[in-house]
Amino acid sequence: MNDKMIRFIISWVLKLEAILMMLPVLIALLYQEKEGFVYLFWAIVCAGIGFLICRKKPVDMEIYSRDGFVAVSLSWLVLGIFGAVPFVITREIPFYIDALFEIVSGFTTTGASILNDIEALSHASLFWRSFSHWVGGMGVLVFILALLPMKGGSVMNLMKAESPGPSVSKFVPRVRGTAKLLYQIYIVLTVATMAALMLSGISAFEAVTLAFGAAGTGGFAVLNSGCVGYSPVQQWILTIAMIAFGVNFNFYYLMLCKKVKSAFQSQEVKAYFLIILMSIGVITWNIHNLYPTIGEALRHAAFQVGSIITTTGFATADFNLWPELSRTILVMLMFVGACAGSTGGGIKVSRILILLKTVHKELTAIVHPRSVKRIRFDDHAVEHEVLRAINVFIIVYLVIFAGSMLVISFDEFSFETNFTAIAATLNNIGPGLDMVGPMGNYSAYSPISKLVLIFDMLAGRLELFPMLILFYPSTWKRRG
Amino acid sequence: MKIIIVGCGKVGTALTAQLSREDNNVTVIDTDYDVIRNVSNMYDVMGIAGNGASYSVLQEADIEHADLMIAVTKSDEMNLLCCVIAKQAADCHTIARVRNPIYREERDFIRRKLGLSMIINPEHAAAMEIARLLRFPSAIEIDSFSRGRVEMMRFKVPQNSRLAGFALKDLSGAMQSDILVCAAERNDEVYIPDGNFIIREGDSLSIIATPQNAVDFFRRIGVRINQVRSTMIVGGGDITYYLAKSLESTGVDVKIIEKNRNRAEALSELLPKATIIYGDGSDRELLREECIQDMDSFVACTDMDEENIILSLYAKNMVSSKVVTKINHLEFNDVIHSLNLDSLIYPKHITAEYILQYVRAMKNSIGSNVETLYKLMDDRVEALEFQIHQNCRLVGIRLQDMKTRPNLLVAAISRQGKVIIPGGQDCFEVGDSVIVVTTVNGLQDIHEILSE
Repeated sequence: MNDKMIRFIISWVLKLEAILMMLPVLIALLYQEKEGFVYLFWAIVCAGIGFLICRKKPVDMEIYSRDGFVAVSLSWLVLGIFGAVPFVITREIPFYIDALFEIVSGFTTTGASILNDIEALSHASLFWRSFSHWVGGMGVLVFILALLPMKGGSVMNLMKAESPGPSVSKFVPRVRGTAKLLYQIYIVLTVATMAALMLSGISAFEAVTLAFGAAGTGGFAVLNSGCVGYSPVQQWILTIAMIAFGVNFNFYYLMLCKKVKSAFQSQEVKAYFLIILMSIGVITWNIHNLYPTIGEALRHAAFQVGSIITTTGFATADFNLWPELSRTILVMLMFVGACAGSTGGGIKVSRILILLKTVHKELTAIVHPRSVKRIRFDDHAVEHEVLRAINVFIIVYLVIFAGSMLVISFDEFSFETNFTAIAATLNNIGPGLDMVGPMGNYSAYSPISKLVLIFDMLAGRLELFPMLILFYPSTWKRRG
Repeated sequence: MKIIIVGCGKVGTALTAQLSREDNNVTVIDTDYDVIRNVSNMYDVMGIAGNGASYSVLQEADIEHADLMIAVTKSDEMNLLCCVIAKQAADCHTIARVRNPIYREERDFIRRKLGLSMIINPEHAAAMEIARLLRFPSAIEIDSFSRGRVEMMRFKVPQNSRLAGFALKDLSGAMQSDILVCAAERNDEVYIPDGNFIIREGDSLSIIATPQNAVDFFRRIGVRINQVRSTMIVGGGDITYYLAKSLESTGVDVKIIEKNRNRAEALSELLPKATIIYGDGSDRELLREECIQDMDSFVACTDMDEENIILSLYAKNMVSSKVVTKINHLEFNDVIHSLNLDSLIYPKHITAEYILQYVRAMKNSIGSNVETLYKLMDDRVEALEFQIHQNCRLVGIRLQDMKTRPNLLVAAISRQGKVIIPGGQDCFEVGDSVIVVTTVNGLQDIHEILSE
C-alpha cells in the first residue's frame, strides 16, 4: 500500500477542513459570537496537524484500487473526527460521540440530529453543520481532485471510491476536468437555490443554510420546527431544488453541451421522475382529508416525496402522523434513493432499474432455458462486472442493515423506530418514523448504537465497500 | 490538447501513457471492452469500447472538439478509414499507422489525398534507426537536432580509456576538439554535469558536436567509428527488408538468414543484391558456416525477443563492431540492460516517439516555442530545441551571467545554419535555435530555463 500517498491525501483533507472552518469564523464575526475563536483555534490545529503528517509531496503518486478505497474512507473518518471537535469545545454538544454523530450526519448528508433544541446553537455552529452537507454532497476528495494537480493516471481510483453509483462515468477524459465540471455545476445550482430562497423572503442566513441542505441533499434545518414555518412558495422552491439535486449530474452536463435530447433519454432520469410523480399522486390522494385544500395536500406530498427520495430529509409536515399507505410509500422511497452521480444517497434508481432487468432476464431464462439475453441500460450493454457489483452491493447492504438493526435493538425501542433509524442513516436521509420521525431525534440511543449509526451513515455515503475495506485484514498486510 | 487514440495495442498503450502524463485529454477507443477497462483504470483517460471507424462511436468520443486523432489498430485499412472519417467529421489532425510495404511507395499520395497529417510505418522507422546505428557503430544512441545539423551521441566510456579521470572543464583543451558533454549516466543516476565532473570508466556520456567534430573526437579518444561494411541479419521480416534496402544503397554487404522458404524467396526477389540464406538463424553451425566471425555487425531481428537476446549475446563475441537487438514485447528494461547488449531497438517505442514528437510540435505551435523534444535515457533526460523570437528577454545576455536552473544545460546554438557549442561568453540572438538538455520535465518556454 502507498502509505505516503495516503498520508499526503489525508494531510490535504485536514488542510481543506481548516480552510472550510474559516467560513464559520466569518459567520461568527458577522454575528459577533465568541464561538468564532473556537473555530479559528481548531482550524489552526487542523492545518498544523495537516502540515505535520506530510510535509512534502510523495515521489510515488500512484494510487491503486486498494489505496483509493482506504484513502477515501480514512479521509471521511478524519473529516468527521476533526470536524466534531468545535461542538464539544463550545459546549454546545458536550459529549464527543454526540458531536461526532452530528457532524458525520452532516458530512454524509444524512441530516439525522441528536439535538433537542437546534435554535440554541450559535450561528457559527449552525452554519458549520449545514455547510458540512454542502461539502459532503459532492465529495471532499472530488474537491481536492479539482484543486490539486495530481499526475499519475490512477487518481480515478479515488473518484471511484467516493462517487455514488454502480459505475463512474467521466464527462471529460481527465479526472481533474471532470471534478471541476461537477463542482461548477454544483456551485451554480446552489447559488441559484440561495437566490430563489432569498427572493422569496427568507433571511440570508436561513437561505444559505437551507440551500446547503438542499444542495447536498442533507437536511439539517436551522429551526426547531424544520421547514413547517415557511410559506407555500418557499416550500415549493425547496421541493424543486431538492429534486433537482437528486438528478444525475450527467444530465446537467449534457444540457450544458446542448444535447438536450440525449439528456432526456436517460432511463434513470425518466424513471426517477416517474417514481416521484406516481408517489406524489398516490400520497396526495391518500392524505387529502387531512388538509383543508387539495393544493395544500399536494404541496406537502410533493415536499415529503422530494425530500425522502433525494434523501434530503427536510420536513414540512409530521408524516409520522400520516395514514399507513403514505408512510409505507415514504419508507420505500428511502430505499430507492436518488439517481447515481447526484448528491443523494440510497440504493440509487439505476441500480434498482438494472436489478429489475436482471429479474426479467431470469424469468426469460426459465421460460426459454436456452435464450441468450444481454441486459441493456441506456442503449449500452451492461457488463458482467457491473451486474456482479450491483448484486453484491445489495447483499452487503442487507447484511449491514440486519447487523446494525440487531445491535441497536439492544436499546429496546420499537421495531418501527429501529428499522427506520437504520434505513434513514444507511440511506443518508435523516428522519425516520415513530421516535426518530421528522419531529423526533436520535438523542435517546445509547453511545454504542450511535457509533453503529455513524458507521451506517459513512457506509451509506461511500457506497458500503470503502468502509468495509477498513475491516478486511489483507488490506493492511504489506504482502497481502 | 484533446486527443483520440483508436486501437490500444502496444503502441496505443505506450502513447496513451505518455500523452496522458503530458496533460492531454486523451480518449481511447478499442473494440475490446477488457482492454478499455484496463487502460482507463491505469491512466487518467476516458475509454470507449467500440469500432473507431464508426461515426457514432467517434461522436461519443467528442470528435468535434478533438485536435488530433491517432489510429493505431492492427489493420492498415482500418486506420486509414478511421482517419478519413475523423477528417470528415471534424477538422482535426490525423495520424495513421500504415505498415504494409505495398503502401510504402504510395504514402505521400495517400497522405495528401486523404488529408492525413502523418503516416507512420513502425517497421520502416525501426529499420532507419538500426541503419543509423550501423553507420555510426560506436555511439550507442544518436539523435539529431536542428534538422540534422547537430547530433547528440551517447556512448559508454570503455575500460582503460584515456578519458577516465578527466574533469570536463579540461576536456576540450586536452582533446583539442569542440565537443560538449551534456549528460552522464552513472550507476543508473543521470547527471547533467558541470565543469567539475570527473569522467570514470563505465560512464555513459551523451555528447553534442557537429558530425565532423564528433568524428575527430572519437578518433582522438580511440573509439572506432568506422561505418560497417558487412552485416548479418537474422530474421527476414519487414524491418529486415527496409534495413537491407537502406544499407544496400550505402554499399554495405547484407546477409539475411530466414527460415521460411517462401519468405526467403520473396526477399531475394525484393533485394537482388543481398545474400539470402534459407535456414534457422538459431543454428550455431549455420551461423559459423556463414562466417559470422568475419562480419562487422550483426542484427537480431526475429519475431522472438528471447531468441534475439540469446543470438546477440552469442554474436557479441564474434563480430567486430556492432550488435543490434530488436525487442518487441519484453518490458524488463533494467534486466535487459544489465546484459550489456550493445544496442537495443524497441519498435513500439520508436513509433510512439515519432508520434509524440509530432504531438509535441503541434502542442507547441499553440503556446510555447519548443521545436523538437527528445526523451533520452529511459525518459529521464529531455533535450529541447527552442527558437529565439523577437520578444525574448534572454537575447544579449551572456550565458555565464544567466542563472539557469540546476540540472539544465544550454548545449548548442544553431545560428544561420552554423552550429556553435556555446561557452560562457556566448549569448542568444534573435533567430537562433537553442538546444537545452535537462532532467526537468515539461519545459514549455525558453524563459523557463532560468532558475526561479
